[in-house]
Amino acid sequence: MFGAGGGTSSYEEFHHTDLIVLWGSNARESHPIFFHHVLRGMQNGARLYVVDPRRSTSAQHAHLWLGLDVGTDIVLANAVGREIIAAGLVNREFVRRATLDFEAYQASVEPFTLEMAEELTGVPRDAIRQLAHDYARAPRAELSWTLGITEHHNAVDNVFALINLALLTGHVGRYGSGLNPVRGQNNVQGGGDMGALPNKFPGFEDVQNGTVRARYEAAWGRALPATNGWHLSQMFEAMDRGDMRALYIIGENPAQSEADSRRTERLLTGLDHLVVQDMFLTRTAELADVVLPSTASWCEAEGTVTSSERRVQRVRKALEPPPGTKGDLEILSLLAARLGFDWGMPAAEAVWDECRSLSPMHGGMAYHRLEALNGIQWPCPDEAHPGSPFLHGRLWDDPVGGAKAAFHPVRHDPPLDALSDEYPIRLTTGRRLDSYNTGVQSGRFSSPLRRPESLNLSPEDMRLLGVVEGERVAIASRRGRIEAPVHADSTLRPGLAFMTLHFPDQVSTNTLTLDAWDPQSGTAEFKATAIRVERLDSSDSLEASADAVNLKVGV
Amino acid sequence: MAAVRPMTRTDGAFPERSVRATIDGRAVTVPEGTTILAACRAEGTEVPTLCFLENLAPVNVCRACVVEVEGSRALVPACSRPLEADMVVSTRSERVDHSRRMVLELLASSVDMSLAGPDLERWLEEYGADPARHGPLAPTGADRQARAGRHGSVAGEARATLDQPVTIDNELYVRDYSRCILCYKCVEACGDQAQHTFAIAVAGRGFDAHIATEFDVALPDSACVYCGNCVAVCPTGALMFKSEYDLRQADDWDASRQTVTDTICPYCGVGCTLELHVQDNRIVKVTSPMDHEVTHGHLCVKGRFGFDFVHVPPPGAEDTRR
Repeated sequence: MFGAGGGTSSYEEFHHTDLIVLWGSNARESHPIFFHHVLRGMQNGARLYVVDPRRSTSAQHAHLWLGLDVGTDIVLANAVGREIIAAGLVNREFVRRATLDFEAYQASVEPFTLEMAEELTGVPRDAIRQLAHDYARAPRAELSWTLGITEHHNAVDNVFALINLALLTGHVGRYGSGLNPVRGQNNVQGGGDMGALPNKFPGFEDVQNGTVRARYEAAWGRALPATNGWHLSQMFEAMDRGDMRALYIIGENPAQSEADSRRTERLLTGLDHLVVQDMFLTRTAELADVVLPSTASWCEAEGTVTSSERRVQRVRKALEPPPGTKGDLEILSLLAARLGFDWGMPAAEAVWDECRSLSPMHGGMAYHRLEALNGIQWPCPDEAHPGSPFLHGRLWDDPVGGAKAAFHPVRHDPPLDALSDEYPIRLTTGRRLDSYNTGVQSGRFSSPLRRPESLNLSPEDMRLLGVVEGERVAIASRRGRIEAPVHADSTLRPGLAFMTLHFPDQVSTNTLTLDAWDPQSGTAEFKATAIRVERLDSSDSLEASADAVNLKVGV
Repeated sequence: MAAVRPMTRTDGAFPERSVRATIDGRAVTVPEGTTILAACRAEGTEVPTLCFLENLAPVNVCRACVVEVEGSRALVPACSRPLEADMVVSTRSERVDHSRRMVLELLASSVDMSLAGPDLERWLEEYGADPARHGPLAPTGADRQARAGRHGSVAGEARATLDQPVTIDNELYVRDYSRCILCYKCVEACGDQAQHTFAIAVAGRGFDAHIATEFDVALPDSACVYCGNCVAVCPTGALMFKSEYDLRQADDWDASRQTVTDTICPYCGVGCTLELHVQDNRIVKVTSPMDHEVTHGHLCVKGRFGFDFVHVPPPGAEDTRR
């Protein structure tokens, strides 16, 4: 945010803050050790607010749970902002000195009264008011979010809505006050940091900036394209148009992880050439023309990853990889050689040293320093720099160092997959503690917690539908229809259903989800699908079990 | 093992001033709030501890760290008592040694301490503990198991022990309570010192006190979330990763063939440091450094146990790494 894509605080600051808001985050299960820091803060006196449609295990630890309807985050955030303004709790000095466009923001939130927000979000107005007043009055406050905010068609607007609250109250740029997206995957932060974004070089410098581009062109001895590339969702659209005919995938399983999986599979199989580099023969790899078996980057190779607190950390080789596999770096070097570019066979450290010679914010992160300091938090421009535990302290300088932070007014835009009489139930997706994404990693250990995939429903909806625990039902969305057993889940309110993406071979949840994506970030709306639950015709079920019996006895 | 933090404090506040005191006849100066144990360790003076761990608040149960403080009627636990101005501390008086001998001897007479590490063996000798004088060990076999957790049934003939079968009710870790010294570390790590799951507590009183889940149900029926943070803090091998237990049962656990490599967990984006213990190119145990500011030694079920996916399965099993 404000130009750099990373959380502004360190985990340790959660020990020394007064208020913690987890918004669209079930950190207790999705980021358990981050939640330890939240718990430590609570032991030291911090209050915890959790904003989540489900009364998740995180919400169960909270002082107050705000159970909003899926996709109404902007309504809630704007109402909180309006209430802070109306109650005279704006940090006027900070807003005047460090921000821009407050008036436009104030005008944009004016319609979001507590009454209107209660009606649209389902959260009682007193709870909204309490969050607004406590957040604004807290001496220090940390606001943290995860995929509940970003897996929507208007993900970036959702994030702006939260940033606006921090600007309003001055809860950013100070020890114990910050804005923190906690990353869902081990090196998502590092992927962005390293320029695995269609518009950025390493260190979040713009591809379209001629000065920056010239630096890379000088180092690499050739001209670089001045235009942004495509992000994932744009690539799938290009495949659909036939503009993109070949694809090289490294360490991803889009055939199962992408929304609307039937469309994804059709597009992948329609390519002229598909290369998949992965340590598993995933469903995606099964579709490929060429599979390049790679090693496990976290324990069979050397390198670095970056965590959600911007900490660049070393990963190291602990195991000899299985025969027939090669490290990602080795594969890329060999591929370059085949294409006529002899890079030799550089070690990970040499590649890293090249990176930090080009990306200013990584300049001081030599391997020996990463080892000595348990990792370093960017920015770290030179080897005398200790790294940066929190960002944007400049906003508290007088006058402000660098550009002021602008408010971004955002409007409410409900989920695209609207509820209707035909599809009356809102399905949202998420993680379980012992599982991870499509299960290719987490499905291989003997977890006593693991249950088969299920359609989680509120006990009220189960009674209404006349279904019982374990009963197999059909789940239909506007894109597809699947079957799964029902599981009673008291963390859900009536009208809300929950599934995971962990067991795509059992239940293909992404057959239901919508591939609508946010034009600003490219993230898909996994969190909001309209579904209908149908009892399977009881005679069908009987026939099915009769078939099973017949098969068993061999007739 | 984590480096000892000499400034370990019990109240979390910033030091305001220094305290001068005397330990074993030597003048020492430490920041206010420093415990006697931390002051001793900073001086290089050994004080035995069983229930103390750097990443947990002291619970004062084992009494192995007691020292004599001039003017104090009772011996005081060094792990939790802050050093006070002008305090005169003796870490090795006759009273201290006698008390430590009693603690160590009674524990060793009833608990299997064979995996409790070299320090404990050394202390048993150093303090002259003689567990055998409480009578011979009860015979092994069904008879011992029948008296699990009981004592006095054959008073005078054999010493009472905690001997009982190993509890194996899941594939991730085992519980061998015949090795348990009731140091509470597992309870604290499961509770408000780290995990806040509260799946275990001490049940029973006196010699029958033992670590239990709610109503002593099996782990899969309990609140346990299998983070393994209890296993990581257990000092005696009473809690043991199943991978280690199986290798020990097969007489194939060999620390001399093991390497320990620090890396970062491959799951979520928090960035927990994992110490991979590797034997014969297989991960046999995962821990995290206690002095690391991200984990403080604690992990979740995926980081602790979710590594099987990198192993090439034995012939015949489904090959996941094709």
